[in-house]
Amino acid sequence: MLSLWVTPPDVGSGAVHAALLVDSAVLLLEQEIRDGSERYQGLQELFPAAARMQRAAADLCGVRADAPDQRPWLRHTAWTSDEAPLARAPTSGPESGSAVDDYSFVRVAGDGVHEIPVGPVHAGIIEPGHFRFSVVGEKVLRLEERLGYVHKGVERRFTELDPLEGHRLAARICGDSTVAYSWAYCQALEALAGLQVPVRATWLRGICLEVERLQNHLGDLGALGNDAGFAFGLAQFSRLKEELLRVTESVFGQRYLMDVVVPGGVAIDPSADVIARLSSVLRDIAARVRLLRDIYDDHSGIRDRFAGAGVVTPELARQLGLTGLAGRASLQLRDLRADAPWSPYHALTPTPCIRREGDVAARVAVRFDEVAESSRLTRAFLSDLPDGPVTAPLALPREPRLAIGLIEGWRGPVLVALEITAAGRIRRCHVHDPSWQNWPALEHAIISNIVPDFPLINKSFNLSYSGHDL
Amino acid sequence: MTPLSAATQLLEVVSATLAAPIFLGWVNQCRAWLQNRTAPSVLQPYYGLRKLLHKDAVLAENASPLFRAAPYVVFGTMVVAAAIIPSMGTGLPMSAAADGIALVGLLATARVFLSLAAMDVGTAFGSLGARREMMVGFLAEPALLMILFVAALISGTTSLPLIAEGLSSHALGLYPSLAFTAVAFVLVLLAENARIPIDNPSTHLELTMIHEAMLLEYSARHLALMEWAAALKLFNYACIGFALFVPWGAGNEAAGPLGLLLAVPLLALKLIVAGAVLALIETLSAKLRVFRAPEFLATAFLLAVLGLLVHLLLGA
Repeated sequence: MLSLWVTPPDVGSGAVHAALLVDSAVLLLEQEIRDGSERYQGLQELFPAAARMQRAAADLCGVRADAPDQRPWLRHTAWTSDEAPLARAPTSGPESGSAVDDYSFVRVAGDGVHEIPVGPVHAGIIEPGHFRFSVVGEKVLRLEERLGYVHKGVERRFTELDPLEGHRLAARICGDSTVAYSWAYCQALEALAGLQVPVRATWLRGICLEVERLQNHLGDLGALGNDAGFAFGLAQFSRLKEELLRVTESVFGQRYLMDVVVPGGVAIDPSADVIARLSSVLRDIAARVRLLRDIYDDHSGIRDRFAGAGVVTPELARQLGLTGLAGRASLQLRDLRADAPWSPYHALTPTPCIRREGDVAARVAVRFDEVAESSRLTRAFLSDLPDGPVTAPLALPREPRLAIGLIEGWRGPVLVALEITAAGRIRRCHVHDPSWQNWPALEHAIISNIVPDFPLINKSFNLSYSGHDL
Repeated sequence: MTPLSAATQLLEVVSATLAAPIFLGWVNQCRAWLQNRTAPSVLQPYYGLRKLLHKDAVLAENASPLFRAAPYVVFGTMVVAAAIIPSMGTGLPMSAAADGIALVGLLATARVFLSLAAMDVGTAFGSLGARREMMVGFLAEPALLMILFVAALISGTTSLPLIAEGLSSHALGLYPSLAFTAVAFVLVLLAENARIPIDNPSTHLELTMIHEAMLLEYSARHLALMEWAAALKLFNYACIGFALFVPWGAGNEAAGPLGLLLAVPLLALKLIVAGAVLALIETLSAKLRVFRAPEFLATAFLLAVLGLLVHLLLGA
């Protein structure tokens, strides 16, 4: 399952949409909704990940699913339960909600069981999320997450924008996946317009996506070492990441590649000599990552912390629909770049990096494998970069339409569903981060582990708060 | 009490209290260098203390007097501990009042107050940290006692200055039993001072903390005292190590004022080497899972017992 969202029935008809990935094609299911009070059949029994998406849709659009869990998900106290920001403008200000957020967590009873509430304000500078642990001693019996603290009303903001401007907002949804988001948005837009993007532009986009993957993997590998108390790893990987960021800036004019992908192509056409420099830096980084991998693999303390921590078995991963990088560490053979290649991945297809153990060590190993694979792939893109224009003019059709953009970002598949009106405005733009599928899996991964291992397990997933809360 | 012994006593307490943050700064500097980072100044811990002392203290509404008193008690015990550890000279008037076993008790007192204060406010992290601290403490204390017993048996006294004097008078006489206990002592030092691999002093992950978790509710001068006390504890432990395993150079009554003057640079040299070694150990190891801590400290205890057996059976 890829995503589930609702178009509220404000003007004309609304619908519940569910996007499923069947083999290498996207299957889009749609059920019409005429009236906001109408209920639809929930999908939580087939796809457990759907439960939270349905709760979020109820908060945003006021359309409820037939499901046992009717608690709010994205709504805290900023608006009341009978308001729906996407269906109609909020009638009152933020102070209308109740001052106290009385979210009912599931209680675990028993001898010696107690709760540890963590967050949303943490001791370090990280994004806000609340984690409620039920523990006996140091052993975790149950973890319940509470997210939505960084809800910013992105999907409503989309409806106020010109479709040709929307990629700028999409690029800012989740800073670490800016290429994936803006590309997914542009892909949807280009599908609406029926535009064929110039080949050179798609190759450059592919390079950007792989560079983004490398940046994030390098950062995560260092942070994972640090969370295991091995600060040497953090220092080394931070240095490599910084080198990559600097060369990225010299090629694309941006350290984090925001707004490089634009509707119809890319914003920057790098010259041949900076491309050669990127290629040589990538080769250098890949070689040094191999050395660091040996250090990580040989270090008994690191191995002891990584191996066997936070296991998601392949069976559980299949049940929960674990996706992206975390899925590949649990034998879920899914990588859209290889399964359903789009340009430029038709020409050069990456080999998916798969592990079956599903523990922190497996997620680290997949990252190491992908660093090697991505740097190989990027250098192949760079050496065969076709010539030609990098943008094409784009004109939107004057009829209501829906299109999907789907990109395998570093965390997993990023989906953008873009619906436009006959007047050429955005009616609904749903943005879906792979974290939706993987946050619930984290609750399972921590069970029977000890409390102090949670930060490490959490970091090995490294899920998005911002992309999830929207 | 001679004027010299009084001067030694005063110099030791004052210099330990004042120099402890520099030692911590030096360890941090070495750690940064070993990780290829630009190191902060050795004076960084002082800057931190000055910053904290300038702030207004915020206390939890339900904090009891114990919570307010704990920083002073903990800091006070560390200063008293510094007074009975022979770091520069062995002629210490204060040491007649307390021997090595009392020292272990003194350190335990600080631990008890720290843990009680952590649980006082009733936050989840405070009790989490206190619980883990007690787990580490009840395993580390017997090991530390056993280490002191080995040294005490060799020199026939439990008074630390006399032990140091006795051991240093044997010039270069090496004791195999002390080699075992020296390794055990390093393990205890790491565990007791919240260093990697037991705890991580630089972590921001509240769920993995031991020592830091107990300080989360403190602010301003209270926090400054707690951090200063932690630095002093590390300094004290280093000095206990010197007294037991490298006692040469500490001035005694016979050496006179010149001996005391010589002892100061020698102590500085020992601290520089010890700090670098500590940083090296910390850089090379990753943090252990919490439940490996008992194994770690059991190893320390076992090594200390081995040292004792070597001494008793072989008389070495």
